[in-house]
Amino acid sequence: MMVERVKQKQIAQLISLGKRLDGRGPTDHREIQIEVGVVERAEGSARVRLGKTEVLVGIKLEIGEPYPDTPDKGVLTVNAELVPLASPTFEPGPPDENSIEIARVVDRGIRESNAINLEKLCIQPRKKVFVVFVDVYILNHDGNLIDASALAALSALLNTKMFNYEVKEGEIEVKPDYTPLPVTNFPIPVTFAKIDDKLIIDPWLEEEQVMDARLTMIVEKDGKICAVQKGGSGCFSVQEVLEITKMTQQKAKELRKIVVKEK
Amino acid sequence: MKKTPEKLIDEKGNRLDGRGPTDLRPIKLEVGVLGNADGSAYIEQGKSKILAAVYGPREVHPKHLALPDRALLRCRYHMAPFSVEERKSPAPSRREVELSKVIREALEPSLFLEYYPRTSIDIFIEVLQADGGTRCAGIIVSSLALADAGIPMRELVAACAAGKVQGHLVLDLTDIEDKGGEADMPIAFMPTCNAITLLQMDGMLTNDEFEQTLNMALDGCRQISQLQKEALKAKYVAVKEAVEERIQ
Repeated sequence: MMVERVKQKQIAQLISLGKRLDGRGPTDHREIQIEVGVVERAEGSARVRLGKTEVLVGIKLEIGEPYPDTPDKGVLTVNAELVPLASPTFEPGPPDENSIEIARVVDRGIRESNAINLEKLCIQPRKKVFVVFVDVYILNHDGNLIDASALAALSALLNTKMFNYEVKEGEIEVKPDYTPLPVTNFPIPVTFAKIDDKLIIDPWLEEEQVMDARLTMIVEKDGKICAVQKGGSGCFSVQEVLEITKMTQQKAKELRKIVVKEK
Repeated sequence: MKKTPEKLIDEKGNRLDGRGPTDLRPIKLEVGVLGNADGSAYIEQGKSKILAAVYGPREVHPKHLALPDRALLRCRYHMAPFSVEERKSPAPSRREVELSKVIREALEPSLFLEYYPRTSIDIFIEVLQADGGTRCAGIIVSSLALADAGIPMRELVAACAAGKVQGHLVLDLTDIEDKGGEADMPIAFMPTCNAITLLQMDGMLTNDEFEQTLNMALDGCRQISQLQKEALKAKYVAVKEAVEERIQ
């Protein structure tokens, strides 16, 4: 508790000078490294490093039943695991509120931006569709898990192969070849943290421990905001929120270039 | 399952329930409705009906969760199995776990938790009937229940959603508008402190639309904040009258 107080003062002082403990400026991201296709058994996968934060996302595709209210669309499910090997504070057991929040925010970004063309995942309306399982595996926790997870999920989806199939007399026959998963939009997350009334982008662990609150916005390819989530026990003023929406647009463009290279 | 009507907003900009784009649903608030709780409140907002109770400050169970410098705030948002069209399993869903977290974080900035170290303050929200906007209504009613329990606070937290439905920006979405609409943005706000304590959005909005929707929701919060204050006062007016009657 005392350590946090001292650290908070130090971090806040630096930020008021426009500096940060790890040498970044207030609106600098940490270095982003993306590797795709790291798990061959999965239909798609990506490992993203955001500074020392490390997230692995695996995509599995299965054939299942559609939801009754969307009988002609594929199904998307996102799950996040805070694996105990990633941090001394993660414990084994059922998903806690933090992992559920990460999964639901990542899900919202993909779903609301229509990143996956779910209509193309329908095999037989009302009966058989593709189910896309996005499993987020946090491997090392050094802050800003939401951004790292959403970036890894998008990278993995862009890398996902869908097996071809043929319907013969109502039976589905899987063929040995693949086509890419129809990914038509690229939602990019940007998270800001507020420490002592100052805004910084991409907080790392020590900054997260002392921050008042964070605000994540996910922006799709045409610059529309498709998901927002505030977290933490502090608050934002109206002006701060509007400032963040403006800065987010710029940052999302820069990030999109890194994640979606040739597209 | 009921079918969604194709038009949620008519040519004049009126909605299915007859409201204009910037109208709130009728709201009924009542404070001090439960016998055992330290504080409680009830809200009816359109067809949404929600009950909230606060227990504490009290001893923390389990003990190791106690915080040395402030009270531990806990919140459980829960929907009754009969609150929705198709029966909801009473086990907490992922949605309920997330909402419990964001509601707690929306109320925490309003409270002086440092006054009660090593204790817990527990908020229980039961949605008896859901028709959209339940997280916002849950915040409105919990903030009143906290005030009723006498927990020191900076300001009551008001909450309201705004969104985009079939091309129109509208305030206080019902369930059917939320499902058939393009975007929904619930916020919680303390008007005097100028503090947004909950901000979520799902859907698709441009920056300009985002700003307009935010302002619309903030206006809704300001109206609701007034209603909250009146509801809180109403309880004490009733108590005062009862006492005066007895003296006479």
